[in-house]
Amino acid sequence: MSDLLGLNAVAARDALDKKAISAVELATAYLGAAEATAGLNNYVALTADHALAMAAESDKRIASGEAGLLEGLPIGVKDLFCTKGVSSTACSNILKGFVPPYESTVTANLWAAGGVMLGKLNCDEFAMGSGNETSAYGPAINPWQGKDKVDLVPGGSSGGSASAVAARSALLATGTDTGGSIRQPAAFCGVVGLKPTYGRCSRWGIVAFASSLDQAGPFTRTVADNALMMTAMASHDAKDSTSTQTPLQDLIGAVGDGVKGMKIGVPKEYVMDGMDNEVVTLWEQGQAWLRDAGAELIDVSLPHTKYALPAYYIIAPAEASSNLARYDGVRYGMRVDAETLDGMYEATRAAGFGDEVQRRIMIGTYVLSAGYYDAYYLKAQKVRRLIKADFDAAFQTVDALLTPATPSAAFPVGRKIDDPVTNFLNDVFTVPANLAGLPGISVPGGVTSDGLPLGLQVLGRPFDEASLYRVAGVLEQAAGFTMTPARMAGGAA
Amino acid sequence: MSVDKTTVAKIARLARINVPDERLEPLAAELNGILNWIAELDEVNTDNVEPLASVTGHALPMRDDVVTDGNRLDDVLSNVPEGASGFFVVPKVVE
Repeated sequence: MSDLLGLNAVAARDALDKKAISAVELATAYLGAAEATAGLNNYVALTADHALAMAAESDKRIASGEAGLLEGLPIGVKDLFCTKGVSSTACSNILKGFVPPYESTVTANLWAAGGVMLGKLNCDEFAMGSGNETSAYGPAINPWQGKDKVDLVPGGSSGGSASAVAARSALLATGTDTGGSIRQPAAFCGVVGLKPTYGRCSRWGIVAFASSLDQAGPFTRTVADNALMMTAMASHDAKDSTSTQTPLQDLIGAVGDGVKGMKIGVPKEYVMDGMDNEVVTLWEQGQAWLRDAGAELIDVSLPHTKYALPAYYIIAPAEASSNLARYDGVRYGMRVDAETLDGMYEATRAAGFGDEVQRRIMIGTYVLSAGYYDAYYLKAQKVRRLIKADFDAAFQTVDALLTPATPSAAFPVGRKIDDPVTNFLNDVFTVPANLAGLPGISVPGGVTSDGLPLGLQVLGRPFDEASLYRVAGVLEQAAGFTMTPARMAGGAA
Repeated sequence: MSVDKTTVAKIARLARINVPDERLEPLAAELNGILNWIAELDEVNTDNVEPLASVTGHALPMRDDVVTDGNRLDDVLSNVPEGASGFFVVPKVVE
Protein backbone atom coordinates (compact mmCIF):
# COMPACT_ATOMS: atom_id res chain seq x y z
CA MET A 1 0.00 0.00 0.00
CA SER A 2 1.83 3.09 -1.22
CA ASP A 3 -0.54 5.87 -0.26
CA LEU A 4 -1.22 5.19 3.42
CA LEU A 5 -1.91 8.87 4.10
CA GLY A 6 -4.46 8.98 1.31
CA LEU A 7 -6.82 6.57 3.08
CA ASN A 8 -9.67 8.09 5.04
CA ALA A 9 -10.58 6.48 8.36
CA VAL A 10 -13.27 4.18 7.01
CA ALA A 11 -10.94 3.00 4.22
CA ALA A 12 -8.04 2.58 6.64
CA ARG A 13 -10.20 0.46 8.98
CA ASP A 14 -11.11 -1.72 6.01
CA ALA A 15 -7.50 -2.08 4.88
CA LEU A 16 -6.44 -2.92 8.44
CA ASP A 17 -9.12 -5.59 8.79
CA LYS A 18 -8.10 -7.10 5.45
CA LYS A 19 -4.46 -6.98 6.63
CA ALA A 20 -3.53 -5.01 3.53
CA ILE A 21 -1.80 -2.62 5.93
CA SER A 22 -0.72 -2.83 9.57
CA ALA A 23 -1.43 -0.38 12.34
CA VAL A 24 2.32 0.03 12.90
CA GLU A 25 2.82 0.94 9.23
CA LEU A 26 -0.02 3.44 9.45
CA ALA A 27 1.27 5.01 12.67
CA THR A 28 4.78 5.19 11.22
CA ALA A 29 3.46 6.97 8.12
CA TYR A 30 1.60 9.52 10.22
CA LEU A 31 4.54 10.15 12.55
CA GLY A 32 6.65 10.75 9.44
CA ALA A 33 3.97 13.09 8.09
CA ALA A 34 3.93 15.03 11.34
CA GLU A 35 7.70 15.48 11.15
CA ALA A 36 7.59 16.42 7.47
CA THR A 37 5.01 19.14 8.16
CA ALA A 38 6.53 20.32 11.45
CA GLY A 39 6.68 23.83 9.99
CA LEU A 40 2.91 24.05 10.44
CA ASN A 41 3.48 23.89 14.21
CA ASN A 42 0.26 21.96 14.67
CA TYR A 43 1.75 19.45 17.12
CA VAL A 44 3.04 20.63 20.48
CA ALA A 45 4.18 17.11 21.44
CA LEU A 46 4.68 14.05 19.29
CA THR A 47 4.44 10.78 21.26
CA ALA A 48 6.12 8.41 18.82
CA ASP A 49 7.01 5.60 21.25
CA HIS A 50 3.52 5.70 22.66
CA ALA A 51 2.00 5.58 19.17
CA LEU A 52 4.09 2.65 17.99
CA ALA A 53 3.39 0.66 21.16
CA MET A 54 -0.35 1.28 20.85
CA ALA A 55 -0.25 0.40 17.14
CA ALA A 56 1.53 -2.89 17.91
CA GLU A 57 -1.25 -3.72 20.38
CA SER A 58 -3.80 -2.85 17.69
CA ASP A 59 -2.15 -5.23 15.26
CA LYS A 60 -2.41 -8.00 17.86
CA ARG A 61 -6.10 -7.31 18.43
CA ILE A 62 -6.77 -7.24 14.70
CA ALA A 63 -4.95 -10.57 14.32
CA SER A 64 -7.03 -12.12 17.10
CA GLY A 65 -10.30 -10.74 15.74
CA GLU A 66 -10.85 -8.28 18.60
CA ALA A 67 -10.60 -5.03 16.65
CA GLY A 68 -12.43 -2.04 18.11
CA LEU A 69 -14.32 0.65 16.22
CA LEU A 70 -11.20 2.80 15.76
CA GLU A 71 -8.65 -0.01 15.90
CA GLY A 72 -5.28 1.13 14.58
CA LEU A 73 -6.40 4.63 13.54
CA PRO A 74 -3.85 7.40 14.33
CA ILE A 75 -5.38 10.23 16.37
CA GLY A 76 -4.07 13.63 17.38
CA VAL A 77 -5.34 15.08 20.67
CA LYS A 78 -5.97 18.75 21.36
CA ASP A 79 -3.68 19.83 24.20
CA LEU A 80 -6.78 20.71 26.24
CA PHE A 81 -7.39 17.00 26.97
CA CYS A 82 -5.57 15.45 29.92
CA THR A 83 -3.62 12.41 28.80
CA LYS A 84 -2.08 10.20 31.46
CA GLY A 85 1.69 10.47 31.62
CA VAL A 86 1.80 12.87 28.65
CA SER A 87 2.27 16.63 29.00
CA SER A 88 -1.09 18.47 28.90
CA THR A 89 -0.83 22.24 29.04
CA ALA A 90 -3.87 23.84 27.34
CA CYS A 91 -1.06 25.62 25.42
CA SER A 92 -0.50 27.89 28.42
CA ASN A 93 2.74 28.73 30.19
CA ILE A 94 0.94 28.37 33.49
CA LEU A 95 0.60 24.61 32.84
CA LYS A 96 4.04 24.06 31.26
CA GLY A 97 5.35 20.72 32.45
CA PHE A 98 2.02 19.50 33.79
CA VAL A 99 1.75 15.73 33.37
CA PRO A 100 -1.67 14.44 34.43
CA PRO A 101 -1.82 11.22 36.45
CA TYR A 102 -5.21 10.49 34.83
CA GLU A 103 -6.83 10.25 31.38
CA SER A 104 -9.80 12.28 30.15
CA THR A 105 -12.95 10.23 29.57
CA VAL A 106 -13.12 11.12 25.87
CA THR A 107 -9.54 10.06 25.14
CA ALA A 108 -9.96 6.95 27.30
CA ASN A 109 -12.95 6.06 25.11
CA LEU A 110 -10.87 6.54 21.97
CA TRP A 111 -8.07 4.30 23.24
CA ALA A 112 -10.59 1.69 24.39
CA ALA A 113 -11.91 1.65 20.81
CA GLY A 114 -8.40 0.92 19.54
CA GLY A 115 -7.30 4.44 18.58
CA VAL A 116 -3.57 5.17 18.42
CA MET A 117 -2.35 8.41 20.00
CA LEU A 118 0.09 10.36 17.85
CA GLY A 119 0.60 13.36 20.12
CA LYS A 120 -0.82 16.60 21.43
CA LEU A 121 -2.09 19.33 19.14
CA ASN A 122 -1.71 23.09 19.29
CA CYS A 123 -4.64 25.31 20.28
CA ASP A 124 -5.36 28.78 21.58
CA GLU A 125 -4.33 29.24 25.21
CA PHE A 126 -7.11 27.73 27.32
CA ALA A 127 -9.11 27.56 24.06
CA MET A 128 -9.53 31.34 24.10
CA GLY A 129 -9.16 32.56 20.55
CA SER A 130 -10.30 32.10 16.97
CA GLY A 131 -6.97 31.88 15.17
CA ASN A 132 -4.72 29.65 17.30
CA GLU A 133 -2.59 32.77 17.80
CA THR A 134 -2.82 32.98 21.59
CA SER A 135 -0.98 29.65 22.09
CA ALA A 136 2.11 29.72 24.30
CA TYR A 137 3.73 27.51 21.62
CA GLY A 138 3.18 30.09 18.89
CA PRO A 139 0.58 29.94 16.15
CA ALA A 140 -0.35 26.80 14.26
CA ILE A 141 -0.42 27.35 10.50
CA ASN A 142 -3.14 26.48 8.01
CA PRO A 143 -1.84 24.08 5.32
CA TRP A 144 -3.98 25.97 2.78
CA GLN A 145 -2.53 29.03 1.10
CA GLY A 146 -3.97 31.77 -1.04
CA LYS A 147 -2.33 33.00 -4.21
CA ASP A 148 0.03 35.27 -2.26
CA LYS A 149 1.40 32.28 -0.29
CA VAL A 150 1.06 34.17 3.01
CA ASP A 151 0.73 32.00 6.14
CA LEU A 152 -2.90 31.79 7.20
CA VAL A 153 -4.40 30.89 10.57
CA PRO A 154 -6.07 27.48 10.81
CA GLY A 155 -8.82 29.04 12.92
CA GLY A 156 -9.25 28.35 16.57
CA SER A 157 -9.27 27.44 19.19
CA SER A 158 -8.75 23.86 17.91
CA GLY A 159 -6.41 25.14 15.18
CA GLY A 160 -3.77 22.44 15.51
CA SER A 161 -6.45 19.75 15.20
CA ALA A 162 -7.91 21.18 11.99
CA SER A 163 -4.47 21.90 10.55
CA ALA A 164 -3.20 18.37 11.25
CA VAL A 165 -6.22 16.61 9.76
CA ALA A 166 -6.07 18.84 6.66
CA ALA A 167 -2.30 18.36 6.31
CA ARG A 168 -2.69 14.58 6.77
CA SER A 169 -0.44 14.47 9.81
CA ALA A 170 -3.36 13.07 11.80
CA LEU A 171 -6.09 10.84 10.42
CA LEU A 172 -8.48 11.90 13.18
CA ALA A 173 -8.26 14.59 15.84
CA THR A 174 -10.15 15.66 18.93
CA GLY A 175 -11.27 19.22 19.49
CA THR A 176 -13.38 21.21 21.88
CA ASP A 177 -15.96 23.84 21.00
CA THR A 178 -17.06 26.55 23.43
CA GLY A 179 -18.12 29.16 20.86
CA GLY A 180 -17.15 27.63 17.53
CA SER A 181 -13.69 26.22 18.28
CA ILE A 182 -14.35 23.05 16.27
CA ARG A 183 -16.62 24.31 13.49
CA GLN A 184 -14.72 27.48 12.59
CA PRO A 185 -11.26 25.84 12.22
CA ALA A 186 -12.85 22.91 10.35
CA ALA A 187 -14.27 25.44 7.87
CA PHE A 188 -10.94 27.30 7.58
CA CYS A 189 -9.02 24.08 6.89
CA GLY A 190 -11.49 22.25 4.64
CA VAL A 191 -12.26 19.38 7.01
CA VAL A 192 -15.35 18.09 8.82
CA GLY A 193 -15.89 19.14 12.45
CA LEU A 194 -18.78 18.32 14.78
CA LYS A 195 -19.76 20.02 18.02
CA PRO A 196 -22.10 17.52 19.62
CA THR A 197 -25.08 18.39 21.79
CA TYR A 198 -24.04 19.72 25.20
CA GLY A 199 -23.78 16.65 27.45
CA ARG A 200 -23.14 14.15 24.63
CA CYS A 201 -19.39 13.82 25.34
CA SER A 202 -18.02 13.82 28.86
CA ARG A 203 -16.13 16.94 29.89
CA TRP A 204 -14.20 15.04 32.56
CA GLY A 205 -10.44 15.48 32.20
CA ILE A 206 -10.75 18.33 29.69
CA VAL A 207 -9.27 21.63 30.86
CA ALA A 208 -12.36 23.74 31.58
CA PHE A 209 -12.94 27.07 29.82
CA ALA A 210 -16.69 27.79 30.16
CA SER A 211 -18.33 24.74 31.65
CA SER A 212 -21.90 25.41 30.51
CA LEU A 213 -20.71 25.76 26.88
CA ASP A 214 -17.68 23.44 26.48
CA GLN A 215 -18.16 20.30 24.41
CA ALA A 216 -15.67 17.89 22.82
CA GLY A 217 -16.01 16.66 19.26
CA PRO A 218 -14.26 15.04 16.29
CA PHE A 219 -12.26 16.45 13.36
CA THR A 220 -12.10 14.21 10.30
CA ARG A 221 -11.61 14.28 6.54
CA THR A 222 -15.05 12.91 5.68
CA VAL A 223 -18.55 12.88 7.14
CA ALA A 224 -18.53 9.07 7.45
CA ASP A 225 -15.22 9.24 9.34
CA ASN A 226 -16.77 11.82 11.63
CA ALA A 227 -19.75 9.63 12.49
CA LEU A 228 -17.35 6.75 13.18
CA MET A 229 -15.15 8.75 15.54
CA MET A 230 -18.11 10.40 17.26
CA THR A 231 -19.63 7.00 17.98
CA ALA A 232 -16.48 6.04 19.88
CA MET A 233 -16.09 9.38 21.71
CA ALA A 234 -19.55 9.68 23.21
CA SER A 235 -20.52 8.02 26.48
CA HIS A 236 -22.47 8.60 29.63
CA ASP A 237 -20.02 9.45 32.38
CA ALA A 238 -20.92 9.62 36.06
CA LYS A 239 -17.84 11.83 36.56
CA ASP A 240 -19.50 14.65 34.56
CA SER A 241 -22.80 15.63 36.18
CA THR A 242 -24.02 17.18 32.91
CA SER A 243 -23.29 14.03 30.90
CA THR A 244 -26.43 12.69 29.22
CA GLN A 245 -28.06 9.29 29.58
CA THR A 246 -29.90 9.76 26.26
CA PRO A 247 -28.92 6.79 24.07
CA LEU A 248 -26.66 7.54 21.11
CA GLN A 249 -28.36 7.29 17.72
CA ASP A 250 -27.00 5.18 14.87
CA LEU A 251 -24.73 7.90 13.52
CA ILE A 252 -22.74 5.74 11.12
CA GLY A 253 -25.92 4.51 9.43
CA ALA A 254 -27.34 8.04 9.18
CA VAL A 255 -24.58 9.33 6.89
CA GLY A 256 -26.00 7.73 3.75
CA ASP A 257 -29.69 8.17 4.60
CA GLY A 258 -30.23 11.26 2.44
CA VAL A 259 -32.52 14.19 3.17
CA LYS A 260 -35.66 13.23 1.24
CA GLY A 261 -38.64 14.70 3.08
CA MET A 262 -36.53 16.60 5.61
CA LYS A 263 -37.42 20.19 6.39
CA ILE A 264 -34.37 22.43 6.45
CA GLY A 265 -34.60 25.93 7.89
CA VAL A 266 -32.70 28.90 6.49
CA PRO A 267 -32.41 31.58 9.19
CA LYS A 268 -32.65 35.03 7.67
CA GLU A 269 -30.61 36.62 10.48
CA TYR A 270 -27.45 34.71 9.47
CA VAL A 271 -26.38 37.54 7.19
CA MET A 272 -24.09 40.23 8.49
CA ASP A 273 -22.27 43.35 7.36
CA GLY A 274 -18.82 42.66 5.99
CA MET A 275 -19.64 39.06 5.15
CA ASP A 276 -17.89 37.73 2.02
CA ASN A 277 -20.13 37.49 -1.04
CA GLU A 278 -18.62 34.11 -1.73
CA VAL A 279 -19.91 32.90 1.62
CA VAL A 280 -23.44 33.96 0.67
CA THR A 281 -23.09 32.29 -2.73
CA LEU A 282 -21.98 29.03 -1.14
CA TRP A 283 -24.86 29.19 1.34
CA GLU A 284 -27.34 29.54 -1.54
CA GLN A 285 -25.59 26.70 -3.35
CA GLY A 286 -25.95 24.53 -0.25
CA GLN A 287 -29.68 25.25 -0.15
CA ALA A 288 -29.96 24.23 -3.81
CA TRP A 289 -28.06 20.99 -3.17
CA LEU A 290 -30.43 20.02 -0.37
CA ARG A 291 -33.50 20.97 -2.39
CA ASP A 292 -32.22 18.83 -5.28
CA ALA A 293 -31.77 15.94 -2.88
CA GLY A 294 -35.42 16.12 -1.87
CA ALA A 295 -35.43 18.36 1.20
CA GLU A 296 -37.91 21.14 1.72
CA LEU A 297 -36.19 24.49 2.39
CA ILE A 298 -38.07 26.80 4.74
CA ASP A 299 -37.25 30.40 5.70
CA VAL A 300 -37.12 30.79 9.47
CA SER A 301 -36.37 33.63 11.84
CA LEU A 302 -34.11 33.53 14.90
CA PRO A 303 -34.69 37.12 16.03
CA HIS A 304 -32.17 37.24 18.88
CA THR A 305 -29.20 36.03 16.80
CA LYS A 306 -27.34 39.34 16.92
CA TYR A 307 -27.33 39.27 20.71
CA ALA A 308 -25.67 35.85 20.92
CA LEU A 309 -22.10 37.18 20.65
CA PRO A 310 -22.37 39.87 23.35
CA ALA A 311 -24.19 37.41 25.64
CA TYR A 312 -21.46 34.87 24.99
CA TYR A 313 -18.74 37.40 25.83
CA ILE A 314 -20.29 37.85 29.26
CA ILE A 315 -21.11 34.23 30.05
CA ALA A 316 -17.91 32.61 28.75
CA PRO A 317 -15.47 34.98 30.51
CA ALA A 318 -17.56 34.81 33.70
CA GLU A 319 -17.30 31.03 33.76
CA ALA A 320 -13.64 31.20 32.72
CA SER A 321 -12.73 33.59 35.53
CA SER A 322 -14.14 31.07 37.98
CA ASN A 323 -12.63 27.98 36.30
CA LEU A 324 -9.18 29.51 35.96
CA ALA A 325 -9.04 30.47 39.63
CA ARG A 326 -7.50 27.04 40.22
CA TYR A 327 -4.21 28.09 38.58
CA ASP A 328 -2.66 29.53 41.69
CA GLY A 329 0.86 28.13 41.74
CA VAL A 330 0.14 25.83 44.67
CA ARG A 331 -0.82 22.39 43.40
CA TYR A 332 0.49 22.17 39.83
CA GLY A 333 1.92 24.24 37.03
CA MET A 334 4.04 27.35 37.18
CA ARG A 335 4.90 29.23 40.36
CA VAL A 336 6.56 32.61 40.68
CA ASP A 337 7.81 33.07 44.22
CA ALA A 338 6.89 36.07 46.31
CA GLU A 339 6.97 37.09 49.96
CA THR A 340 3.27 36.63 50.60
CA LEU A 341 0.70 34.09 49.46
CA ASP A 342 -1.37 36.72 47.62
CA GLY A 343 1.81 38.10 46.08
CA MET A 344 2.70 34.60 44.87
CA TYR A 345 -0.78 34.15 43.32
CA GLU A 346 -0.59 37.52 41.57
CA ALA A 347 2.94 37.09 40.26
CA THR A 348 2.27 33.52 39.09
CA ARG A 349 -0.92 34.40 37.24
CA ALA A 350 0.60 37.52 35.67
CA ALA A 351 3.55 35.51 34.35
CA GLY A 352 1.64 32.36 33.46
CA PHE A 353 -1.42 33.67 31.61
CA GLY A 354 -1.14 35.35 28.21
CA ASP A 355 -2.78 38.69 27.34
CA GLU A 356 -6.04 37.32 25.92
CA VAL A 357 -6.57 34.99 28.88
CA GLN A 358 -5.86 37.80 31.35
CA ARG A 359 -8.29 40.07 29.52
CA ARG A 360 -11.05 37.47 29.64
CA ILE A 361 -10.46 36.65 33.30
CA MET A 362 -10.73 40.35 34.09
CA ILE A 363 -13.91 40.82 32.06
CA GLY A 364 -15.36 37.78 33.82
CA THR A 365 -14.31 39.05 37.23
CA TYR A 366 -15.88 42.43 36.49
CA VAL A 367 -19.25 41.14 35.24
CA LEU A 368 -19.52 38.90 38.30
CA SER A 369 -18.47 41.57 40.80
CA ALA A 370 -20.81 43.16 43.32
CA GLY A 371 -23.00 45.81 41.73
CA TYR A 372 -22.56 44.56 38.15
CA TYR A 373 -23.77 40.97 38.40
CA ASP A 374 -27.41 41.79 37.57
CA ALA A 375 -26.62 44.28 34.81
CA TYR A 376 -24.25 41.96 32.97
CA TYR A 377 -24.29 38.33 34.02
CA LEU A 378 -27.97 37.94 34.84
CA LYS A 379 -28.93 39.96 31.76
CA ALA A 380 -26.80 37.71 29.56
CA GLN A 381 -28.40 34.60 31.04
CA LYS A 382 -31.85 36.00 30.26
CA VAL A 383 -30.83 36.73 26.68
CA ARG A 384 -29.45 33.20 26.54
CA ARG A 385 -32.92 31.87 27.31
CA LEU A 386 -34.41 33.98 24.50
CA ILE A 387 -31.81 32.64 22.06
CA LYS A 388 -32.64 29.08 23.04
CA ALA A 389 -36.36 29.85 22.72
CA ASP A 390 -35.76 31.08 19.14
CA PHE A 391 -34.23 27.71 18.25
CA ASP A 392 -36.94 25.76 20.08
CA ALA A 393 -39.56 27.60 18.02
CA ALA A 394 -37.72 27.00 14.74
CA PHE A 395 -37.37 23.29 15.47
CA GLN A 396 -41.16 23.06 15.79
CA THR A 397 -41.27 23.36 12.01
CA VAL A 398 -37.85 22.28 10.71
CA ASP A 399 -35.57 19.28 11.31
CA ALA A 400 -32.29 21.13 10.88
CA LEU A 401 -30.89 24.54 9.97
CA LEU A 402 -28.41 25.38 7.23
CA THR A 403 -26.10 28.37 7.75
CA PRO A 404 -22.63 29.48 6.72
CA ALA A 405 -19.93 28.26 9.14
CA THR A 406 -17.92 31.50 9.15
CA PRO A 407 -18.34 35.00 7.70
CA SER A 408 -15.05 34.70 5.75
CA ALA A 409 -12.26 32.32 4.78
CA ALA A 410 -9.02 31.98 6.82
CA PHE A 411 -7.14 35.23 7.50
CA PRO A 412 -3.36 35.88 7.65
CA VAL A 413 -1.34 35.02 10.75
CA GLY A 414 -0.46 38.15 12.68
CA ARG A 415 -3.22 40.26 11.15
CA LYS A 416 -3.18 43.45 13.20
CA ILE A 417 -6.33 43.83 15.20
CA ASP A 418 -6.61 46.81 17.53
CA ASP A 419 -10.11 45.99 18.59
CA PRO A 420 -10.63 42.59 20.26
CA VAL A 421 -14.29 42.72 19.24
CA THR A 422 -13.33 42.31 15.54
CA ASN A 423 -11.77 38.94 16.36
CA PHE A 424 -14.89 37.86 18.20
CA LEU A 425 -16.94 38.28 14.99
CA ASN A 426 -15.39 35.09 13.60
CA ASP A 427 -17.71 33.19 15.88
CA VAL A 428 -20.91 35.00 14.94
CA PHE A 429 -22.50 31.95 13.25
CA THR A 430 -21.22 29.35 15.69
CA VAL A 431 -21.79 30.87 19.13
CA PRO A 432 -25.61 30.60 19.18
CA ALA A 433 -25.47 26.78 19.12
CA ASN A 434 -23.23 26.76 22.21
CA LEU A 435 -25.58 29.05 24.12
CA ALA A 436 -28.53 26.82 23.22
CA GLY A 437 -26.57 23.56 23.72
CA LEU A 438 -27.36 22.37 20.18
CA PRO A 439 -25.28 20.11 17.95
CA GLY A 440 -23.61 21.68 14.91
CA ILE A 441 -21.41 20.37 12.13
CA SER A 442 -19.18 22.17 9.64
CA VAL A 443 -18.68 20.57 6.22
CA PRO A 444 -16.40 21.85 3.45
CA GLY A 445 -18.59 23.23 0.66
CA GLY A 446 -16.20 24.86 -1.78
CA VAL A 447 -13.33 27.29 -2.16
CA THR A 448 -13.07 31.05 -2.60
CA SER A 449 -11.71 32.62 -5.80
CA ASP A 450 -8.40 32.67 -3.93
CA GLY A 451 -8.56 28.91 -3.46
CA LEU A 452 -9.37 28.85 0.27
CA PRO A 453 -11.94 26.48 1.74
CA LEU A 454 -15.34 27.61 3.03
CA GLY A 455 -17.66 25.58 5.22
CA LEU A 456 -21.38 25.12 5.58
CA GLN A 457 -22.87 24.63 9.02
CA VAL A 458 -25.81 22.41 9.90
CA LEU A 459 -27.51 22.85 13.29
CA GLY A 460 -29.95 20.37 14.79
CA ARG A 461 -32.19 19.54 17.70
CA PRO A 462 -30.56 18.42 20.95
CA PHE A 463 -29.33 14.82 20.71
CA ASP A 464 -30.21 14.59 17.02
CA GLU A 465 -26.69 14.32 15.62
CA ALA A 466 -28.09 11.73 13.19
CA SER A 467 -29.98 14.44 11.27
CA LEU A 468 -26.77 16.48 11.05
CA TYR A 469 -24.94 13.53 9.53
CA ARG A 470 -27.79 12.96 7.05
CA VAL A 471 -27.62 16.57 5.85
CA ALA A 472 -23.82 16.71 5.99
CA GLY A 473 -23.58 13.51 3.96
CA VAL A 474 -25.69 15.03 1.19
CA LEU A 475 -23.72 18.30 1.24
CA GLU A 476 -20.43 16.43 1.07
CA GLN A 477 -21.53 14.38 -1.89
CA ALA A 478 -22.98 17.35 -3.75
CA ALA A 479 -19.95 19.53 -3.08
CA GLY A 480 -17.54 16.84 -4.25
CA PHE A 481 -14.83 18.62 -2.29
CA THR A 482 -11.63 16.84 -3.35
CA MET A 483 -9.14 19.71 -3.33
CA THR A 484 -6.17 19.39 -1.02
CA PRO A 485 -4.02 22.06 0.63
CA ALA A 486 -0.63 23.20 -0.66
CA ARG A 487 1.28 22.18 2.46
CA MET A 488 0.05 18.62 2.83
CA ALA A 489 2.14 15.66 3.96
CA GLY A 490 2.92 13.32 1.10
CA GLY A 491 2.99 16.35 -1.16
CA ALA A 492 0.03 17.13 -3.37
CA ALA A 493 1.57 19.44 -5.93
CA MET B 1 -20.96 51.84 32.24
CA SER B 2 -17.24 52.16 31.75
CA VAL B 3 -14.19 51.31 33.79
CA ASP B 4 -11.33 53.62 34.76
CA LYS B 5 -7.78 52.95 35.86
CA THR B 6 -8.79 52.53 39.50
CA THR B 7 -11.50 50.02 38.63
CA VAL B 8 -9.08 48.01 36.49
CA ALA B 9 -6.65 47.89 39.41
CA LYS B 10 -9.49 46.65 41.63
CA ILE B 11 -10.52 43.97 39.11
CA ALA B 12 -6.91 42.85 38.74
CA ARG B 13 -6.67 42.54 42.51
CA LEU B 14 -9.90 40.49 42.66
CA ALA B 15 -8.60 38.27 39.85
CA ARG B 16 -5.22 37.92 41.60
CA ILE B 17 -3.31 39.08 38.53
CA ASN B 18 -0.43 41.48 39.00
CA VAL B 19 -0.96 44.28 36.47
CA PRO B 20 1.84 46.86 36.25
CA ASP B 21 0.74 50.53 36.55
CA GLU B 22 1.58 51.38 32.95
CA ARG B 23 -0.77 48.62 31.73
CA LEU B 24 -3.79 49.93 33.66
CA GLU B 25 -4.77 52.66 31.16
CA PRO B 26 -4.43 50.49 28.02
CA LEU B 27 -6.32 47.67 29.74
CA ALA B 28 -9.10 50.07 30.72
CA ALA B 29 -9.42 51.07 27.07
CA GLU B 30 -9.52 47.43 25.91
CA LEU B 31 -12.07 46.44 28.54
CA ASN B 32 -14.23 49.47 27.73
CA GLY B 33 -14.20 48.49 24.06
CA ILE B 34 -15.63 45.11 25.00
CA LEU B 35 -18.03 46.47 27.65
CA ASN B 36 -19.46 49.12 25.31
CA TRP B 37 -20.12 46.46 22.70
CA ILE B 38 -21.70 44.15 25.27
CA ALA B 39 -24.04 46.99 26.23
CA GLU B 40 -25.98 46.15 23.05
CA LEU B 41 -27.85 43.68 25.24
CA ASP B 42 -29.66 46.58 26.89
CA GLU B 43 -31.83 46.78 23.76
CA VAL B 44 -33.38 43.42 24.58
CA ASN B 45 -36.49 43.39 26.70
CA THR B 46 -35.91 40.67 29.28
CA ASP B 47 -38.76 41.50 31.64
CA ASN B 48 -40.22 38.32 33.09
CA VAL B 49 -37.53 36.17 31.41
CA GLU B 50 -35.93 33.57 33.67
CA PRO B 51 -32.13 33.42 33.45
CA LEU B 52 -30.80 30.28 31.77
CA ALA B 53 -27.74 28.81 33.47
CA SER B 54 -27.85 25.25 32.14
CA VAL B 55 -29.28 23.82 28.93
CA THR B 56 -29.48 20.21 30.09
CA GLY B 57 -33.01 20.60 31.37
CA HIS B 58 -32.55 17.99 34.05
CA ALA B 59 -31.75 18.26 37.73
CA LEU B 60 -28.22 17.37 38.74
CA PRO B 61 -28.03 13.66 39.53
CA MET B 62 -27.46 12.65 43.14
CA ARG B 63 -24.99 9.96 44.16
CA ASP B 64 -24.44 8.06 47.36
CA ASP B 65 -22.31 9.99 49.80
CA VAL B 66 -19.50 7.45 49.94
CA VAL B 67 -15.76 7.48 49.35
CA THR B 68 -14.97 6.19 45.85
CA ASP B 69 -11.34 7.11 45.50
CA GLY B 70 -8.36 7.88 47.70
CA ASN B 71 -4.90 6.94 48.94
CA ARG B 72 -3.29 8.68 45.98
CA LEU B 73 -0.89 11.03 47.70
CA ASP B 74 1.82 10.50 45.10
CA ASP B 75 -0.57 11.28 42.23
CA VAL B 76 -1.89 14.37 43.98
CA LEU B 77 1.61 15.68 44.62
CA SER B 78 3.13 14.56 41.32
CA ASN B 79 2.94 18.05 39.77
CA VAL B 80 3.48 20.19 42.84
CA PRO B 81 5.71 23.27 42.28
CA GLU B 82 6.94 23.04 45.86
CA GLY B 83 6.16 20.29 48.34
CA ALA B 84 7.61 18.78 51.48
CA SER B 85 6.80 15.70 53.53
CA GLY B 86 3.57 15.02 51.66
CA PHE B 87 2.30 18.61 51.84
CA PHE B 88 1.90 21.57 49.50
CA VAL B 89 4.23 24.37 50.51
CA VAL B 90 3.13 28.02 50.31
CA PRO B 91 4.56 31.28 51.66
CA LYS B 92 3.94 31.80 55.36
CA VAL B 93 0.36 33.01 55.99
CA VAL B 94 0.30 33.07 59.81
CA GLU B 95 2.85 34.91 61.91
